[in-house]
Amino acid sequence: MKLTGAQILLECLRAEGVETVFGYPGGVVLPLYDTFVQYPDIRHVLVRHEQAAAHAADGYARVSGRTGVCLATSGPGATNLVTGICTAYMDSVPMVVLTGNVARDLLGRDGFQEADITGITLPITKHNYLVMRASEIAQAVKEAFHIASTGRKGPVLVDIPKDVFIETAEWDGYPEQIHLRGYPLVTRPAQDDVERAAELINAAEKPVILAGQGVILSGASAELCAVAEKADIPVITTLLGISSIPDAHPLSYGFLGMHGHYYCNMTADAADVVVGIGMRFDDRAMGRFKDFNPGAKIVHIDIDPAEIGKNFETHAPVQGDVGEALRALLPLLEPAEHPEWRAWIDDLKAEHPTDYFGEESELTGTWLVRALAEETGGEATIVTGVGQHQMWAAQYYPFQRARQWITSGGLGTMGYEVPAAIGAQFAQSDPVWSICGDGGFQMTLQELQTVKDHNLPIRYALFNNGFLGMVRQWQELFYSDNLHSVDLGQPDFLKLADAYGIAGLRAATRQDARDAIRAAQAVDGPVLIDFRTAKVENVWPMVPAGAALSETIEEPA
Amino acid sequence: MSEYSTIVAHVEDRPGVLARVASLFRRRGFNIESLTVGKADEPGLSRMTIVVEGGAANVQQVARQLFKLIDVVSVVDISDQPVIDREMSLIKVSCQPAQLVEVGELVKAFRADIVDVGPQSIIVQVLGDGAKVEALEGMLRPYGVLEMVRTGRVAMVRGQRTSKPPPVSVDAQEAEAARAQLGRRPEGALPFASD
Ligand SMILES: Cc1ncc(C[n+]2csc(CCOP(=O)(O)OP(=O)(O)O)c2C)c(N)n1
Repeated sequence: MKLTGAQILLECLRAEGVETVFGYPGGVVLPLYDTFVQYPDIRHVLVRHEQAAAHAADGYARVSGRTGVCLATSGPGATNLVTGICTAYMDSVPMVVLTGNVARDLLGRDGFQEADITGITLPITKHNYLVMRASEIAQAVKEAFHIASTGRKGPVLVDIPKDVFIETAEWDGYPEQIHLRGYPLVTRPAQDDVERAAELINAAEKPVILAGQGVILSGASAELCAVAEKADIPVITTLLGISSIPDAHPLSYGFLGMHGHYYCNMTADAADVVVGIGMRFDDRAMGRFKDFNPGAKIVHIDIDPAEIGKNFETHAPVQGDVGEALRALLPLLEPAEHPEWRAWIDDLKAEHPTDYFGEESELTGTWLVRALAEETGGEATIVTGVGQHQMWAAQYYPFQRARQWITSGGLGTMGYEVPAAIGAQFAQSDPVWSICGDGGFQMTLQELQTVKDHNLPIRYALFNNGFLGMVRQWQELFYSDNLHSVDLGQPDFLKLADAYGIAGLRAATRQDARDAIRAAQAVDGPVLIDFRTAKVENVWPMVPAGAALSETIEEPA
Repeated sequence: MSEYSTIVAHVEDRPGVLARVASLFRRRGFNIESLTVGKADEPGLSRMTIVVEGGAANVQQVARQLFKLIDVVSVVDISDQPVIDREMSLIKVSCQPAQLVEVGELVKAFRADIVDVGPQSIIVQVLGDGAKVEALEGMLRPYGVLEMVRTGRVAMVRGQRTSKPPPVSVDAQEAEAARAQLGRRPEGALPFASD
């Protein structure tokens, strides 16, 4: 059967089980948009800016565990995706990015709206394709989904010139085979590596697990808990590893890093064996590399061999899928108990808790997160922007299940909170809470219309401190309080909500805030809550940039 | 003196592959001393010989990052193996007819060839490892080197062993073997240790 390139592409998406595509049209993808009507089972969600399409696909992927799909036209459409692609790349989010390009005979001639998007995205995609024939679309799309969703996951871009959408080619079903010689999937760890890791862990007196997002991506929360329980190992997560172990688990101690808990940073620094699982020993988590716990033996379990040994010398590298590795490890571990070590950490935690709630009269961000946690029973899927509100959410929300915590960790992309929540909401029916900065919110607030279009029950909780809070904090602490370009003028957010036709609430006191949360929960549809939070509030604890974890500052001197 | 390592990579012979490799080196801050590429004996593949700055820990990171590129089929670090390495150079030397015999003797001593003779200049072709090429160039300098071109290094491991990719089927065992070839633990300085 002969089909057009556009039909072939949509056949492929259908075969992949894609239900939702976040996109924005333009000249070269018109043949594709012309074809969407023939595929009513593939929902196209029209965003208001292509960056939002990418973030929405990303949020969708993080919540659902499936591959997110976004679509844009050539040139400016494609370049608008770049921040979203890079955000997904840094956080290993499985995503297939579709772009149109100018017709083949115009490629390379600077035709109208030509951008070399495969060139531009070389360093921020796991792989990309420029498909030059309709007959090659199916194989490229098949490979793109395979690559995006296996191994260390990540975004893959498929660029298709306009006339390739129009060209016809024989369609004989979605390819079943993949021939990627340069992409051998090694998910099963080498047994001797696992044995060596077990030896180190069995010999440990003060072991700690640093669990990263790899645990979530691999769906290995149960294995993580089993390993931790058998060998009695405290679990600390990275920022993206939050929710990989339920907050209430007795071995769950919170997260480490620049704004991690004091006791977590100290524990990581005092351990004799550090077991990194599905994480990459990133500088924000580990502090100054050369002074991170120099005596520790490092076990590192990761799917990506290039992460092993990248930042730290590893004593027991285990390359493979986190779940498979943990299942292989479990029987080799001797049941152990480390009461002294646990007690040492518990004491530290009791003496140095993270509980900065401020005065009763102040609506602080920290208190507000705790109130949200109480009112939602710790059950909500939380999306955040980047800044102080993000760190408070990480510190104070008690996450209970994997995929409940959606944040831009690696790239730290402000503006993520509005569109990523849209994607997250398309992946679940329970209302998503988006904790927003007033800075980040203003970067992508045009998407409120997309929210309205679909009447998504997202609760946008605007932590409105009137500042680019995190930058203000740094200027205060490290630049002699020389505040510059951080005091944000802003619109009347209630009028804004009104203009978009969505419910708007405002709260400036703790009592009002609690009432507003409850009122928002009763709304059937989107809500924007303008929380007038304390203007000046800092995130503590903190590891100053370039300092070691052992130099964590608890609060101002 | 900087330390150098040699990597042999087999890559899919497709448009854009060189850009992917170059982009990776640039982005990760790996310095390429020389990169040569040409068709491999197996159809559809190209073979790259890459000489990079840095010792074992660095080259391991380079190899692993390279292998992550989907179009890169195999990567082997041959720095520690006995290899034959060669590069070819053409050197255009200013040479009056009266000097021709003298220069000819010199060239012969290096087992190089004069491949072009003009009224005022000659072109010398020399084949050998980098040291030999540089030595000859040094000897020719006094006559006046007008232009020089070097191919960059190609290398091959001595004996039975090859640096070729494993056969097409990627059953787990072979994948394991490929992985083991990448080496395991870094030694010495880490490539990305901040400050
Ligand atoms: C796109 C982008 N631009 C700039 C930054 C740098 N940056 C990090 S946090 C921050 C302030 C964020 O302010 P806001 O969204 O109001 O959140 P708050 O810190 O006040 O909670 C800035 C500007 C960034 N992370 N992302």
